Amino acid sequence: MSVLAGKELRIVGFLCNWCSYGGADTAGTARAVQPTDLRIIRVPCSGRVNPLFVLKALMNGADGVLVSGCHPRDCHYSSGNFYARRRLELLKQFLPVIGIDPERFEYTWVSASEGQRWKDVVTNFTARIHALGPAPRWEDVPARYDMPVELLESLRPLGCGEHPALPELKQAIKDALAQGLEGVLGWKKGFDAIHAEPVFMTTPEEVDSLIWGPFNVQNLAVFLPQYKGRKIGVVVKGCDSKGVVELLSEGLISRDEVQIFGMGCNGTVNLSRILAKLPEGAAIESCACRGNKITVTAGGQTIEMTMAEVAQDKCRLCTKPNAVISDAFAGTPTTEPEAPQDGRLPGLRFLDSLSLEERMGFWKGQMERCIACHACRGACPMCVCRDHCVSDSRDPEWVTQEDTVQQKLFFQLIHAQHLAGRCTGCTECERACPMDIPVFALKQQFGRTIQKIFSYGAGLDVNATPPLLTYQVEETTIKERDLA
Amino acid sequence: MSSLLFATPAELTAWLAGLASGQRVLVPCQEGPSVVYRPRTAEQLSAAGVNALLRRSTSSPKQAVLPQCETLVAFKSVKDEQDPSKVTTTVENPCKAEPTVLFGCRPCDARGFVVLDRPYLHGPFKDPYYGARREATTIVTQACPSVFATCFCHWVGSHPADGEGSDILFTAVEGGFVLDILTEKGKALVEGAAFADGSDKAEAVAAAHKATAEALAPAPNLSEAAAKIAARFTDTAFWTRETVKCLSCGACTYLCPTCQCFTITDEGSQLNGRRLRSWDSCMTPLFTLETSGHNPRPDKSQRMRNRVSHKFSFYPERYDGFFSCVGCGRCVISCPVSLDIRHMVTAAMEGMEGKKPAEAPAAPAEKTAETPKAPADAPAAPKTPAKSKSKKR
Ligand code: SF4
Ligand code: SF4
Ligand code: SF4
Ligand code: SF4
Ligand code: SF4
Repeated sequence: MSVLAGKELRIVGFLCNWCSYGGADTAGTARAVQPTDLRIIRVPCSGRVNPLFVLKALMNGADGVLVSGCHPRDCHYSSGNFYARRRLELLKQFLPVIGIDPERFEYTWVSASEGQRWKDVVTNFTARIHALGPAPRWEDVPARYDMPVELLESLRPLGCGEHPALPELKQAIKDALAQGLEGVLGWKKGFDAIHAEPVFMTTPEEVDSLIWGPFNVQNLAVFLPQYKGRKIGVVVKGCDSKGVVELLSEGLISRDEVQIFGMGCNGTVNLSRILAKLPEGAAIESCACRGNKITVTAGGQTIEMTMAEVAQDKCRLCTKPNAVISDAFAGTPTTEPEAPQDGRLPGLRFLDSLSLEERMGFWKGQMERCIACHACRGACPMCVCRDHCVSDSRDPEWVTQEDTVQQKLFFQLIHAQHLAGRCTGCTECERACPMDIPVFALKQQFGRTIQKIFSYGAGLDVNATPPLLTYQVEETTIKERDLA
Repeated sequence: MSSLLFATPAELTAWLAGLASGQRVLVPCQEGPSVVYRPRTAEQLSAAGVNALLRRSTSSPKQAVLPQCETLVAFKSVKDEQDPSKVTTTVENPCKAEPTVLFGCRPCDARGFVVLDRPYLHGPFKDPYYGARREATTIVTQACPSVFATCFCHWVGSHPADGEGSDILFTAVEGGFVLDILTEKGKALVEGAAFADGSDKAEAVAAAHKATAEALAPAPNLSEAAAKIAARFTDTAFWTRETVKCLSCGACTYLCPTCQCFTITDEGSQLNGRRLRSWDSCMTPLFTLETSGHNPRPDKSQRMRNRVSHKFSFYPERYDGFFSCVGCGRCVISCPVSLDIRHMVTAAMEGMEGKKPAEAPAAPAEKTAETPKAPADAPAAPKTPAKSKSKKR
């Protein structure tokens, strides 16, 4: 793209073939004077604009991106722009979290006859981008590495003591196995007392090894699609069950093939927080959990900690500790706290306090140490493409093998974008990251925007329609900005 | 060669700071909750407390010699302004081998480079990119002051004070550090440094090494691991059962100091492009996916079988019985489902027939003559065969 040095900026326009491209043509035929910064890419419909097109342009140095389609109700394909409106609005509200000024992106509607309107749109958008100036470059922003840990007060007392209903749960699983279930996914003690590992229980002895407690961190829903066609069971915490619901609602598993075993959850731990309290690397000699206290003996020292210090962030704000769907529920359900009104979200609160440029610096600093292993993807129950992820594709080629911050962050943007409206907030992506990169914040930004605009949370209702798979002709919660 | 020098913490950091003018000094740095290797300037190093430089890194220091991604060749074509059919193409080989000091890696990490050297340098084809960086890198290793719960270097023929692969091995003792200069490269690095003689500290060093080694739990005998794991190869049920919990995420391979596989991709346009080499992982389906769409390893059980077999069976069969796992335990600590390679190995061996002693691979000492000679300054050829009992001090 040639740029007249200092005079033009890089603005990319995605115009639908039927209306806006025609509108631009009308303006041209009428010899309307308009700025020349815009580079137009013609697409069949604004509904064809994958938000990743916009993100890719912005991540690769575009100073502004404009999407323009047919007016609502005027879509050549009748509803493409209705879907586009939801996606693009969501995208616009997502941009600040990665430090991109949302003003650099706009979507609007211009019909084929509206030459004058097109001229105004281009003129105004170009003027806006010129007022903002060239976009900051990833190469130039200073990387920052600070990431304050904020231990939020939990909505309810968390605990780690032995669950009284565990024998009941084991019995229910044994009964189900006896009745012909092939196996049940659960957890057993891992290589030491603070690590649990997933187990596929097929015999009563294996069921006896089942544990339930603060170390059952893995979300076992991730394994379910690979058992399709077989009758199995899964033990779930409240948050895991949301993953099961989401898989069911997307038709990736069948209700009659999976039996769900639930039990009230009192919270799980963030292992890094425990390990940080122990002598570095020390072998765990023993671990006892009572009430809300975890006592670990390691490297000859006995260290006591409370759930308030080591619980995962999601548990602190958890309002669904009981399986939202289950075939067998052991014990009495845990009391479910009300959702907080103050919208408190760890991680994002820190990002929100930074300026846009500081946020770019934050992600630059974080993604530098990403080793591109994609464990974040492997652990995500909703990354259902498994062996066919678009990021592995060469055509289209969304990311290269280059180990630059932009490439590595772009993978995260793909993950977040593909999870918009589907992410259940299990935070497995972040937990799985061997480099402790706070990748969940990106999904959280989509999550809270979806909550705000569509009052929707994923994984709660098998029959719900995710907000991006539907639309309303009049969107009462989307306030469009007119460029003309 | 081996000679001992003594440095106080302040002398050690001052020495490092001095090295940083003129070469790249890579040290372990805390970044967020993780520890990663980063180049540091003289000012940063002289300001850093020595303890900050002694952390064990989350990801392996392999990057210093085998980067996550590197450009193998780049080209640029320029069209003639008068006659666009005439194109001038320039080809650039951007292989940069900056003189580098890799400071503070652990014996397992240093030994990891020896594992990488065999396929990259001692096979029929020498990798010039790897070779140049390897030669330009001097490795200063810290004898482990303590062991991690996941450490098992002593299973695979090493120990927490192993100097194999290192140019200098330093040990923390009362009041400072004793530097054991192991190679010519190491000697060059301390030339002119104002370190005191450390030969009187030999006993303190030996005591420190002994204390750390004793903290390791007893190791199983892996002398027949290669044959037994090879015999397990066809036991599909075993591999399926043991990998139920694996997510195929690949974290284990990208963290590993000895995982050596790469992929090559081309980027750019017809007029301006680059050929990249980047890490690849046998734990992902893409690794074996063929152009036809056929995948000979479609399942995670086959992929795990490859990973374990490569480390404990294929590699030792090919390279004189040395394992290609150095027992650093990173794959164990960081696996999101706590899959433990130690368990995989012992479980795979259990109940399997090993080879009869007569068929066991010959001792490496007799074989070294056949293997191509290491470059002049490469670290001394490995001495400890993995199949011998772990050497404890
Ligand atoms: S988020 Fe809720 S259900 Fe999930 S582990 Fe935490 S407390 Fe349990
Ligand atoms: S994106 Fe992360 S938080 Fe969301 S469902 Fe996937 S693993 Fe869970
Ligand atoms: S898990 Fe972490 S290190 Fe691996 S690709 Fe994801 S963000 Fe990067
Ligand atoms: S890190 Fe663990 S889950 Fe991931 S591929 Fe390796 S063994 Fe499997
Ligand atoms: S396989 Fe695991 S323990 Fe062995 S060298 Fe690699 S990361 Fe370390």
